[in-house]
Amino acid sequence: MNEKTVNLLLVTLITTVNLLLAFIISGFVIWSVGEDPWFALKTMLYGAFGYDEGIGYTLYYTTNFIFTGLAFAIAFHCRLFNIGAEGQAYIGGLGVGLICLWLEDLPFAVILPTAIAASALFGAVWGAIPGYLQAKRGSHVVITTIMFNFIASVLMVYLLVNILIKPGQMSPETREFGENGWLPQMHELFGWIGIQITPTPLNLSLFWAFISAFFVWRYIWHTRWGFEMRTVGANESAAIYAGINVDRNIIIAMSLAGALAGFVGINEIMGFNHRILLNFQFGYGFTGIAVSLIGRNHPFGILLASLLFGILYQGGAELAFETQTIDRHMVVLIQGLVILFAGALENLFRPQLQALVHSIFKSSSPVTAHG
Amino acid sequence: MWSDLLLILDASLRMAVPMVFAAMGGVFAERSGVIDFGLEGKMLGGAFVAASVAHLTQSAWIGLLGAIAIGIVFSMMHAFASVTKQGNQVVSCVAINIFAMGLTTVLGQAWFQRGGKTPQLPPEARFTAIELPFAEELRDVPILGEIYYELISGHNILVYIAYIMVPVTAWIVFRSRFGLRLRATGENPLAVDTAGISVNRTRYKALVINGILGGMSGAYLSTAQLAFFVKDMSAGKGYLALAAMIFGKWRPFQAMLACLLFAFAEAIQSRLQGVPLPIVGVVPVQLIQSIPYILTVVLLAGFVGKAVAPKAIGEPFIKEHK
Repeated sequence: MNEKTVNLLLVTLITTVNLLLAFIISGFVIWSVGEDPWFALKTMLYGAFGYDEGIGYTLYYTTNFIFTGLAFAIAFHCRLFNIGAEGQAYIGGLGVGLICLWLEDLPFAVILPTAIAASALFGAVWGAIPGYLQAKRGSHVVITTIMFNFIASVLMVYLLVNILIKPGQMSPETREFGENGWLPQMHELFGWIGIQITPTPLNLSLFWAFISAFFVWRYIWHTRWGFEMRTVGANESAAIYAGINVDRNIIIAMSLAGALAGFVGINEIMGFNHRILLNFQFGYGFTGIAVSLIGRNHPFGILLASLLFGILYQGGAELAFETQTIDRHMVVLIQGLVILFAGALENLFRPQLQALVHSIFKSSSPVTAHG
Repeated sequence: MWSDLLLILDASLRMAVPMVFAAMGGVFAERSGVIDFGLEGKMLGGAFVAASVAHLTQSAWIGLLGAIAIGIVFSMMHAFASVTKQGNQVVSCVAINIFAMGLTTVLGQAWFQRGGKTPQLPPEARFTAIELPFAEELRDVPILGEIYYELISGHNILVYIAYIMVPVTAWIVFRSRFGLRLRATGENPLAVDTAGISVNRTRYKALVINGILGGMSGAYLSTAQLAFFVKDMSAGKGYLALAAMIFGKWRPFQAMLACLLFAFAEAIQSRLQGVPLPIVGVVPVQLIQSIPYILTVVLLAGFVGKAVAPKAIGEPFIKEHK
């Protein structure tokens, strides 16, 4: 076994241990409120996979997490903590909705690419401003992006209550736009080939999520711009010495992150709600942070981690349905623990696990300080 | 007009309290070199525990103790991850904030089954308004008497404690031996280590104080300002406190002023709703609501003076350095 594979194994092992820790502590919390953790686990797994509607919802959540996870990851490679995926997703969705409302008489083939572009553009702007402030004014991107989440929330309330609201109705949302702007849902697709499955929000944007993950992977590790970004993230002075424009890379990283988060709008607005409404993106942005950290900020890891969190979300909904005491927010608690163990405490058991792995594979290379 | 202004200032003083507590806690942590974005989590946790414990024991003071305890728990988690294990401090804070969001809601639902809200506290279990001596009698004295009656008297004890904490913090940080070491740990930990003082232990002590103050800020929300805890009660105040601290250049008194500024914006919000202002006309309520957040961004962008953080902030101290 060569060193690279051993390292990969080690990283997977560390991540699994971190996850297990988070789950064990969550199980303890479940136990402390009087519920059986094993029952909770079984219920969650059943909810996520046990029936076709559950699978549909699981994958629908997974789609969103892929987008927001990528959004966190791409900024992370430039050493920026993008906590603003919530707001970026929200504003991206605004862009999608506006295009679908405005162009609703045009064919789907015209609306789709325009909407994708709009979601990217709107999200990118919402990410670029904090990026600019970090680059040029030194304002810490964590606080500015959190502030922009709040500002987005307030802005959308204003728009939906005062400007975009469907005339004559009370609830703050736009009218439903025409079917040319509707992204086909999976149960429709399956219906066309004769298979009947229960309708769920799961739609074609899942494929766009896979495509985006592929492009992010190519961009970060196989292009010059990705290389520049990673250099800025790894060692800013080295980047300056190499002639890389640090400011520009920071702004680009945040813009791309915003664009990726904006794609949540494709799933939510074009694929599910077919109108703009309040808080359609709620929680997905923060989950993206946990997803990315568990996925080691790598698109492949993010795909797996998104699936995991999709399971947690859908399973959590099932669990909340089954038990009186446990609330949906159990998932938020688990997320927090995951971020803690996979993010801040990621090297908690590294020495022990490293020794274990190396003793098994009797690798001749010395035990290094990082993987 | 004058009485309106007084009422608004009165409200601002009260609304600023959680931020003042949190900002003071932030000063201790960050001055020692540990990033603390986790004020929001401590506020939320403190609010929940205070309300729950106060409900259980029917005593606001024991609730306060509970809030302080959870504040310390959270800051110790942060300390363990950041100082001992030298993990990423920003991530640790984000983790604790999200964990607090989840934990408070889950436990709230599990224990009280009201969708995350705790039961209403009776007046005995809350911090209620205190009339300072002669307030009623002095009320008729023009200007000064009204200020005394409205602004200074009639708050609950946590308000007074909060504002007393400002000079106390300033004294500890700038005039005590502990404070000198604290600041040195944030500026040049290597020098502190060379002098024979444990950098990590100083940071732990700073974080304990940070936890106490963070918990108190939460206790104010649920046992003084209101009589219960609701989901996501802190609504970003922890981050505003952080911004106030940065705006105040990590100095207690200036941070307090920034908190008051934010609170003032919040206080006039309900007043300005639907009221036409000269030139601009009626300002949308959402714009007013977003003033604290936009102000934070403007502050951070350095448009109101440059804020320089403690030099060694965010970097774990490794003893075998070079």
